[in-house]
This record gives sequence, structure tokens and C-alpha cells, in this order.
Amino acid sequence: MTTATLPTPTLPTRRDEAWRYADMDGLARLGVDALDQWQAIDLAAGESLTRCLVVGSDAPELHRIRLTLGEGARAELFVTNAGGDYTRVEVEVRLAKGAHFEFGGVTIGGAGVTREFVTQVVHAEPEATSNQTIRAVHWAGATGNFLGEIKVARHAQKTDAAQDFKGLLLEAGASANAVPQLEIFADDVKCAHGATVGALDEAARFYMMARGLDPATAQRLLVQAFIGDAFVALEDEAERETLLDAALAALEGAKL
Amino acid sequence: MMLEITNLHASVGDKPILKGLTLSVPAGEVHAIMGPNGAGKSTLTNVLGGKPGYEVTAGSVTFRGQDLLALEPHERAAAGLFLGFQYPVEIPGVSNVQFLREALNSQRKARGEEPLSGGEFLKLAKDKAALLRMDMEMLKRQVNVGFSGGEKKRAEMVQMGILDPAFAVLDETDSGLDIDALRIVGAGINAIMRSPDKAVLLITHYQRLLDVVKPDKVSILAGGRIVETGGPELALRLEAEGYDAVMA
Repeated sequence: MTTATLPTPTLPTRRDEAWRYADMDGLARLGVDALDQWQAIDLAAGESLTRCLVVGSDAPELHRIRLTLGEGARAELFVTNAGGDYTRVEVEVRLAKGAHFEFGGVTIGGAGVTREFVTQVVHAEPEATSNQTIRAVHWAGATGNFLGEIKVARHAQKTDAAQDFKGLLLEAGASANAVPQLEIFADDVKCAHGATVGALDEAARFYMMARGLDPATAQRLLVQAFIGDAFVALEDEAERETLLDAALAALEGAKL
Repeated sequence: MMLEITNLHASVGDKPILKGLTLSVPAGEVHAIMGPNGAGKSTLTNVLGGKPGYEVTAGSVTFRGQDLLALEPHERAAAGLFLGFQYPVEIPGVSNVQFLREALNSQRKARGEEPLSGGEFLKLAKDKAALLRMDMEMLKRQVNVGFSGGEKKRAEMVQMGILDPAFAVLDETDSGLDIDALRIVGAGINAIMRSPDKAVLLITHYQRLLDVVKPDKVSILAGGRIVETGGPELALRLEAEGYDAVMA
């Protein structure tokens, strides 16, 4: 006689690729139950959806979203991640023929906190497209991560997938990590990815101050321009303002 | 006195560039500074503007009765100083209109004045753009992004018109301009800055801008100091004979 035992749920470790730069202490405080909470969204053929989220609070947060797109469907997701504690947004996407996924994400903040986006975009069928633009602005020992996986199935020809990550570190000690991961089994595809990390443009900052902008305003304008790329694809101007304002509000008190 | 520079010494890194520069510019005066390459002209501009990396090691600069060197760059602007950049900086993602409105309103706030509304600002911007024959559409574009060298210099003068400073330091504003653009920019400088309560420090290599913006005084900057000051005829002599002959 054998006794069937369910495996005890355990937390992932940093050896798991998708948790490599995570805040394991923050995750432990969330608890193992949080891992089960996936929000599933299915879009039928030709349907479209735009969702804008401002995430983050004083407690750790984990948001897991699973999108399944039917033929020719279109999903747009825009997120400002300005958590005051460990805040992770995970998105898994499966694209059918000719579907499109658009993702714009900003991590912003200081206070030694880790904020991250983890995406997995599966181009399961031909002619689907995806575009991801992530901007990370950090200071005061904080970390911004983007782990982006793109999988292109063997017959998913004419896939067009792009990933663009830029990090802006306002002072030494902050960090940004970008891990693009491409797994391509089709041969007629376009997959582009880019990642850069830098500091604020001092020449631009001086130019702005020479015109009378105080240091905080000059920094705010430069950061606004930097993160704006992530929300360019969002047509609703009011929603765009909301996401930008939430990000820029987090900039108050940042290192000048 | 608008600007009083006394025995100014300044270094970039460990290298002394300005070595005892003394210069006074009263209100109502356009004062041209000419000088060979490496004389310290751009360093003078950057020190007056408060650019990081330029260290004043001795001397003083008094601007409208205030210690200029004690002020941050944005405080200098609010006090009435305008810096015309030799190489205006591109700022992707920020429009000229947003940039200049925020800049003007920051200055007004620092001076205890009411901010301009969007409508008031646009009217002002339109007037000044017209003065420099610049299309308003260009002002809606990102700051200096995709502008030609001449367009950047004209945009600088539009900025000066909008910000309406008491004193302008114009660093080689004529470089990169064709003959027509030079006339437009020169006329713009005259229209914006020729006034009994304003003054200009015009840094240039060439007589041709001085044909349009007629200076009251001309000084030669060489080796980090003012070595000679005269009237407009000094610039003509320099143009004809060169620095070596005139300074000999």
C-alpha cells in the first residue's frame, strides 16, 4: 500500500532563473500562498483589452497575470511599479496567430527596495507581434529588475518580438538588472532586444538650470522624458497621465 | 554696475585657465570679448553660469550688487543672467514649450511674481519666435532635437526673448550661422537686449556679428586675462592685423 502525499509547497530560491534578483525576504513575508494567485485573462479571437495598473504599497506585493490571446486579439498592459516594499509583477502571455501584446512598465523608487517585472511571452503561432518597453529609475540602494523571456514556437513564422529596457540610476549604490532570454525555434522571425543603464544627463541638467529650473524640477522633467517611452503606446491620455503622475510622485525626495 | 569681475582666477581640474581677469560691464553696454583659441572665453562663460567642474580659486564676481558666485545656476538665471550656449544641449522627450514655460515660471516664482498661464505663455512665445523668424511648430518639438546648428542658435535667442534677462553672456552665438541667419540673430539680440537697463557680454571670433550688434566696448581676452580694452575700432584692428600684431 502506498500513501499519496501532496508535495509541501515551497518558496522558490534564487537558483530559479525567474527569481534570480528577487527580494527573498520580501517573498517570505508574502508567504507561499501568494504564489498561487494568478489572474487569468482570456481574449477571444479579435478581442482587445487595455489595462493600466499602479502597483505598490508599504507591504510586499506579487501580481501574477496570465494572458491568453486568440487569433488577431490585442492586449495592452501598462504598469507603474512604485512599491514601498518588494513589488513584483509577473506576466505570462500566449499569443495565437496574428495577436499582439504591448507592455509598458516603469519601476521607480529608492529606500533599498526591489521592484521587478518578469514577463514570459510565448509566440505559439505565426504572425504574432509583441513589444515591451521597460524603464527603471532608482536611487538610495534600490533595485529595478526586468526578466523578459520570449519563446517562439517552431511553426510561429513571421513572429515580430521586441524588448527594450533602459535603467536610470540617480546615485551610486542603486542597481538595475535586465535579463533578456530568447528561445527561438522558428527561422523566419524578428526578435530585438536592447538594454542600457546610465546616469542622468548632466549637460542637460545644467542647461535646464541655466534657464532657471530648480534642481528638482529639472530632474523631474528629465525623468518624465525618460519614463515616457514606456507609455507612448497608450492612447488614452488621462490614463497616461495617471501612470506618469504616480511614477513622478515616487520621485519626491529622490537624490538630486 | 551690471557686472563687476575682479581678479578672477578659475581652474578646470588642476589646470588654471582664468588668471586674474578683471572686467566691468555697466547697464546699457554691449561688450564684446574676443581672443585667440584657448584664451579662456568659454571658461569665463561657464564660470559665470556656475557650471559644475569649474572651480573659482580667487577673485569675485558681483552681479547687480549680488555675489554671483554664491548663487546656484538656477538662482543666477532668476537674478537676471542668461547664458547663450556655444553648443545648445538636446533634451529628448521634453518640448521647447514645456521646458520654457517651466523655466520662465520657475524664475518668476523665485522673484515672487505670478506664473504665466498657458495662453499667456504661448502668446509670448509666438511673439519671440516671430522676432527670430522661427516657426511656432519648431517650438512644439523636443528641445534642440533634430535642429540644425543654425536653428539651435536661433532657438537660443528665442529662449532669451522669452526669459527676458537683464544680462546675457553669449558664447559664440554666431558660430554655425550662415549670413542670413547671422543677420536675423544679430537683429534679435538688438531687439531683445539693446536697452539702457540691460547689458550683453558678446563672445565672438569674428567681426561680422559685430557689424550687426554694434559693441560699445571690445576687450581682448588672452592667457586668462583681459589684456586690452577699447572701442569698436579694436575689433576692426584685430580683424585686419590679427591677435599677435595687436597684442604685441
